Amino acid sequence: MTDSEGSDSISRADVQHVANLARLALSAEEEERFQHQLSAVFEHFQKLSALDTEQIPPTAQVIPLKNVMRPDTVEPSLAEQDVLANAPDREGDQFRVRAILDF
Amino acid sequence: MATAVTEKYRTVIGLEFHVQLLTESKMFCACSAQYAANPPNTVVCPVCLGLPGALPVINEKVIECIVMTGMALNSQIPEFAKFDRKNYPYPDLPKGYQISQFDLPFCIEGHLTLDEEDGGRTIGITRVHQEEDTAKSTHVTAASGERYSLVDFNRSGVPLMEVVTEPDIASPEEAAAFGRKLRQIVRYLGISTGNMEDGAMRCDANISVWPADAPLGDIKVEVKNMNSFRAVERALYFEQERQTRILESGNDTRVTETRGWVETSGETVSQRTKEEAHDYRYFPEPDLPPLQLSREWIEGVREKLPELPAAKKERFMAEFDLSDYDASLLTQSRDLADYFEAASAGAKNAKAVANWMSRNLLQRLNESGSEIGDCKISPDALAEMILMIESGAISNRMAQEVFDQMFDTGKSAKVIVKEQGLAQISDEDELAGIVATVIAENPAAVQDFNQGKKRAIGFLVGQVMKATRGKANPGIVNQKLQEALRQD
Amino acid sequence: MNLSTLTVHEAQDLLGRGETTSVELTEAVLARIEAVDETVKAYVTVTVEQARAQAQAADARRAQDGADAPPLLGIPAAIKDVINTKGVRTTCSSRMLENYIPPYDATVMQKLNAQGSVLVGKTNMDEFAMGSSTEHSAFFTTRNPWDTDRVPGGSSGGSAAAVAADEAVFSLGSDTGGSIRQPAALCGVVGMKPTYGRVSRYGLVAFASSLDQIGPFTKDVTDCAIVLEAICGQDPKDATSAPEVVPAWREAMKQDVRGLRIGVPREYFGEGTDPAVEESVREAIDQMMALGVEVEDVSLPHTDHALATYYIIAPAEASANLARYDGIRYGHAAQDAESMWEAYSRTRGEGFGSEVKRRILVGTHALSSGYYDAYYLKAQKVRTLIAADFQQAFEWVDAIVSPTSATVAFKIGERIDDPISMYLSDLYTLPGNVAGLPGISLPCGLADGLPIGLQFVGKPFEESTLLRLAFAYEQASGVRYTPALA
Ligand SMILES: [Mg+2]
Ligand SMILES: [Zn+2]
Repeated sequence: MTDSEGSDSISRADVQHVANLARLALSAEEEERFQHQLSAVFEHFQKLSALDTEQIPPTAQVIPLKNVMRPDTVEPSLAEQDVLANAPDREGDQFRVRAILDF
Repeated sequence: MATAVTEKYRTVIGLEFHVQLLTESKMFCACSAQYAANPPNTVVCPVCLGLPGALPVINEKVIECIVMTGMALNSQIPEFAKFDRKNYPYPDLPKGYQISQFDLPFCIEGHLTLDEEDGGRTIGITRVHQEEDTAKSTHVTAASGERYSLVDFNRSGVPLMEVVTEPDIASPEEAAAFGRKLRQIVRYLGISTGNMEDGAMRCDANISVWPADAPLGDIKVEVKNMNSFRAVERALYFEQERQTRILESGNDTRVTETRGWVETSGETVSQRTKEEAHDYRYFPEPDLPPLQLSREWIEGVREKLPELPAAKKERFMAEFDLSDYDASLLTQSRDLADYFEAASAGAKNAKAVANWMSRNLLQRLNESGSEIGDCKISPDALAEMILMIESGAISNRMAQEVFDQMFDTGKSAKVIVKEQGLAQISDEDELAGIVATVIAENPAAVQDFNQGKKRAIGFLVGQVMKATRGKANPGIVNQKLQEALRQD
Repeated sequence: MNLSTLTVHEAQDLLGRGETTSVELTEAVLARIEAVDETVKAYVTVTVEQARAQAQAADARRAQDGADAPPLLGIPAAIKDVINTKGVRTTCSSRMLENYIPPYDATVMQKLNAQGSVLVGKTNMDEFAMGSSTEHSAFFTTRNPWDTDRVPGGSSGGSAAAVAADEAVFSLGSDTGGSIRQPAALCGVVGMKPTYGRVSRYGLVAFASSLDQIGPFTKDVTDCAIVLEAICGQDPKDATSAPEVVPAWREAMKQDVRGLRIGVPREYFGEGTDPAVEESVREAIDQMMALGVEVEDVSLPHTDHALATYYIIAPAEASANLARYDGIRYGHAAQDAESMWEAYSRTRGEGFGSEVKRRILVGTHALSSGYYDAYYLKAQKVRTLIAADFQQAFEWVDAIVSPTSATVAFKIGERIDDPISMYLSDLYTLPGNVAGLPGISLPCGLADGLPIGLQFVGKPFEESTLLRLAFAYEQASGVRYTPALA
């Protein structure tokens, strides 16, 4: 967020940064459109800042379950032909991707 | 590094270990965790392939392994723990996030004390938490020059435990010693092979060097890709020197970065600086309810905890009167210690067992590059051999020969002695006859003896041994010679 | 009689008495699809061959089972295309999964298959369940059978329209912020979101994991109870599924409602609510009173903050849930990319539609370094307050009653360019998701010939109470809502 756009609005650079984090290619037109839409959405979210939640614990899950675990036993895996059936690209029994370079 | 330079600076090292856990099934699904033993992409399911709609379920054994490790590392086991998503898109991470633990891990605030010979310092353990392993990618350059990668998801979702230390480690040697100690513990617990070479245990190290008289700065260099503890030591030594040189230059140009250890060239190279670092966007894993382990559950795990190396060593020293050195040596691994205790029970002479193990057995194992588990001599067989020495059935000298044959063939001492007629001659009448013959045949030596050259008896003993091809019981030979010579 | 208009229990009766067969019933439904789906566009995939084979198998099984036949044996069902069906394309109405054929069945499909129900097809939806109109489907917009210029609601618009148009006897949808109840209301059918944890999410393609829940669309409340009994129950494959026993709802719903107390939240009426909708709902409440139900005013003071809370939490979870679409193991993959990262980003840029991208961006931003506390953590805390509002209300009343949606079905294109006005269509449903509560919507009248939805929201795992209220109202009103589709 840049000051020039107001403290709650989203800059073009914010959109690009977030799109990069999410590995999402956007066109210039999309960047612009999302900048406006996100600004409106995040402005609406400002509503929450008026609430005093200092003493309120967060809720991540609504169901009061705990300690749900499975025993360490092996069950059959997927049938071989099912594993690669949807692969856009493969070589033998492996998935093929463009060269994975270290960062 | 020159001493003067060393005193001018201090090195601050913190370590992170990823330890693969030995479970039957994966962390969040029921696929076999035997990823390497199976052809690529054959132990995968909707969960570990990250198919749309699949959900994780926690493997209870993994939690047990981690809590057990926490106990062995003197950690607190908080009442409440939860899982979080660590977001980073990468081809080897099928969900695009790793299920890990962010702010509420299973174990916190532990410590581990190094052995005396490693400096004996206590290193703080920040946390022990759960993670899942990634898929394995292989890089290919085709004949055409085209470069691409192949991905095998068998390893995806194999359980990992991460152990993070405080930045308490002060030297590369200490870092390696800590790693070995941790490996010893996970092996004692039976929860990991702890092998660095095949990636079952991986080490990342944060290291920074600072002027000894100034407060610490906030630059951190993370070193990765070390495949052995020797590599850990070498990489950190390289990095310590590199950073010291930069400080010596008077212009600190260091940045927080990740550097990879290159074994072949013996140096670290920059991989990534902080500007490009990930924003992991951790948040609580909504697919997994949190864990609130009951006292009962935790005590149940504590009961499964085996005797750990430090306690075992103390006990061996007290119970068997072993030296610090022998006790350390024999508690290196649980298998070795178990072997020692089993052999001692049979031989009723722990010191003799300790001696045979430390002087002979471990040396032979070392030479052959094998483990105690591969040893052809059973603890009972070693005990039997020691009892035979004590009964005089074989001499100590012959025992060396018998031991080597036992090690090579796995035959028992009794069988070897019988097959090769190696039994010690302890029959007094038989030896008296041989002694008489030797005295008769060596009048010069007898004369020397009678003239006061007491050493001449050694020559005569040698002659008796020669005549019996070493099988004579040296004690009885000595006694018979003394008797015979006095009669002369 | 046209067999395609039957409810589940009517079909059960005929099948049980041998007066029809599953093959006949299935053929009638397939014929109906053939006749009207060109107009309604409820289906992404119609599984004609599989449906015929399953219908035959069902008839054979009925001959064996006789009176022991399970309630859904041989009944044609439509499944929202977000639920995995083994061997049957499951697209989430996204280019990303346009050709994706799952190698496994969702747990709910295993349950339906075990009963021998007949899969007639996979229904259209807003892409990855993000939307309230099905206009965000990558393929086409589903039409409201009551007025084909209008939306059926969403995101489970296809499943709602299919049941309303007699293109399926019942269907399944998923509800993250109202995606079952709102389209049920707009299409004039019964739709229920069970308590979070009631139905296994295993095999439901995740949108927002802590909010998503599968539930039924049916032609009446009795059917709702029947389908609910079939799909609920704890699943070892879903660690968040609840161990609570599954009651015999079909019996439980018949229990008298006299003495039950329902709360009318003052925040759910007035400004923003279509007066015709409000009037119908108030009339329904009066009718409940006449049945002996006590009506109380209640307050849910954080209602005004529910929208922001929901639209932070759901996109945040979604941003992680949708990270797996990378074009490596399945789904769309960009062609001719120079590098791995280019392939990654372009795959996602090409595969996702606008609404999905928008929510991924919102969620990523809300979780990102420096913003987490202000948005995500804040929303989680307000989530606590919203849940507490309901808890407090439930100390006085057994259920909350309200309109399901503030308006009747809106025109196609009317809200598509204004995300916030679109988000407002879920204002009365999404607090239930935020708090994990069960909710049911059933028709309670028409305004300008378009259905109005009445919603009951209940305590966790008290679906019985909701079914009792809904069944009592349905019996009392005696109206069957059927669109006059050609
Ligand atoms: Mg880690
Ligand atoms: Zn698996």
